[in-house]
Amino acid sequence: MNVFVEAFKFIGRNGQIPGAPPFPTLTHLTLETLKIAGIGIGIAVAIGLPIGLWLGHVHRGSFAAINVGNIWRALPSLAVLAIGVAFLGLGLRNVELALVVLAVPPIITNAYVAIDGVERDVVDAARGMGMTGLQVLLKVELPLGIPLIFAGIRTSALFVVSTTTIAALTGYSGSLGDIINNETSYHLSGVLGAAICIAALALVVELVLAMVQRLLTPKGLKVSTAEDTVSSLAPVVTEPT
Amino acid sequence: MIGIAAGGPVIPNFGGGSASFACERANRLFCAGWVSRNWDTVLWPALRQHIVLTVIAVAIGFVISTALALVAYRRNWLERPVLIVTSILYTIPSLALFELLQPSFGLSRTTAEIALVSYTLLIMFRNTLTGLREVPPEVRDAATGMGMGPTQSLLRVELPLAAPAIIAGLRIATVTVISLATVAALIDNEGLGVPILTAISNEVFKTELIVAGAMAVALAIGADALLVLAQRLITPWTRAR
Repeated sequence: MNVFVEAFKFIGRNGQIPGAPPFPTLTHLTLETLKIAGIGIGIAVAIGLPIGLWLGHVHRGSFAAINVGNIWRALPSLAVLAIGVAFLGLGLRNVELALVVLAVPPIITNAYVAIDGVERDVVDAARGMGMTGLQVLLKVELPLGIPLIFAGIRTSALFVVSTTTIAALTGYSGSLGDIINNETSYHLSGVLGAAICIAALALVVELVLAMVQRLLTPKGLKVSTAEDTVSSLAPVVTEPT
Repeated sequence: MIGIAAGGPVIPNFGGGSASFACERANRLFCAGWVSRNWDTVLWPALRQHIVLTVIAVAIGFVISTALALVAYRRNWLERPVLIVTSILYTIPSLALFELLQPSFGLSRTTAEIALVSYTLLIMFRNTLTGLREVPPEVRDAATGMGMGPTQSLLRVELPLAAPAIIAGLRIATVTVISLATVAALIDNEGLGVPILTAISNEVFKTELIVAGAMAVALAIGADALLVLAQRLITPWTRAR
């Protein structure tokens, strides 16, 4: 287990190897990974959330919304990246495209299921109070759907962080995956150090999103589903059988 | 690192034959000749290995998670610790987990399988447990009333009723493993990830990227469809809904 000690020393040196030319620091690579992943999640949310919310609001397109989600699960990320590289070449654009392709469907599916599942009585009450369709969506359905909607975003985020590092295998450099892809220069200890950073990064992203979810969930819902933090930590994949 | 073709003809090793390699040299999107020449030696073996990797991982994962779910069904306190551990395993990006296991288990199929199994646990455990818990209490009472003991009731009433949820978990786990097994090529030189990684290091050879990528996608979609079919056969009563 001496390698693991070396790995932590590598992290302590911020990704430098004594006697070797300076490498990009671990801090830099971690931030880059976060940036690439963040852009991907941002675009995916911007595309997927409105579509899912709207479809759920008008209770239409359940077949599309749910089956898209099913097919999405069957897309191996490395395969999507590989096909993307073949068509678009190496580069940030191709990586972001693959990330968005992988991240949009669970966001749509979960947002659809969340809004579609809001009790009709509640919606009727809101309409009876004179709310317009948009008001019903934003003031009633959206807050009630937050837990499920967020579950979708978290599933996507997990995928995106993981895929960002895999992108290094397809030759896109600029993330923590670079170190793993370059054992010759970094040796096993460096590779392990990077792997530890990637694992920690993914866990931190999950925890932060779980906390944001708790903050956004309306108080009333928190009481009734005062669920343990554990199950809210677990990424939920909606399974529409 | 990966060399990117800078002008000049790109001539990776296309393997035997006296055919002209015009298509390969130009690195066009799809060279049917390359596919037919390499099907028997490269693509088919990779597909077969991929299937074996997947079946082993899903089978072991199924046994472990079902056993855990059955115990947690009787002893509630077990649910939390299992969820915490399996959530963490699920969250760690595959690239990192494969590398982290490498010092202990080497560059081998064992390492790949351990990582792959660890990704199936959360999904199948949660689905099986939820499926069992959702069996209506009246049904359980009826089974008891008919004189069934706890084991009989479990085997003949509760498990069959939970079958749709269990198979749903199996579906998600299977496509997840198919996806991650492509990344496993990094530490265990087999599966469809091998041709993908080879193509990347072979001056981004497009045909191989597209074909291997498409095969991984097709395998995942095919496996998912097969499990849907299996579910219909095993639980014919769900179709009546």
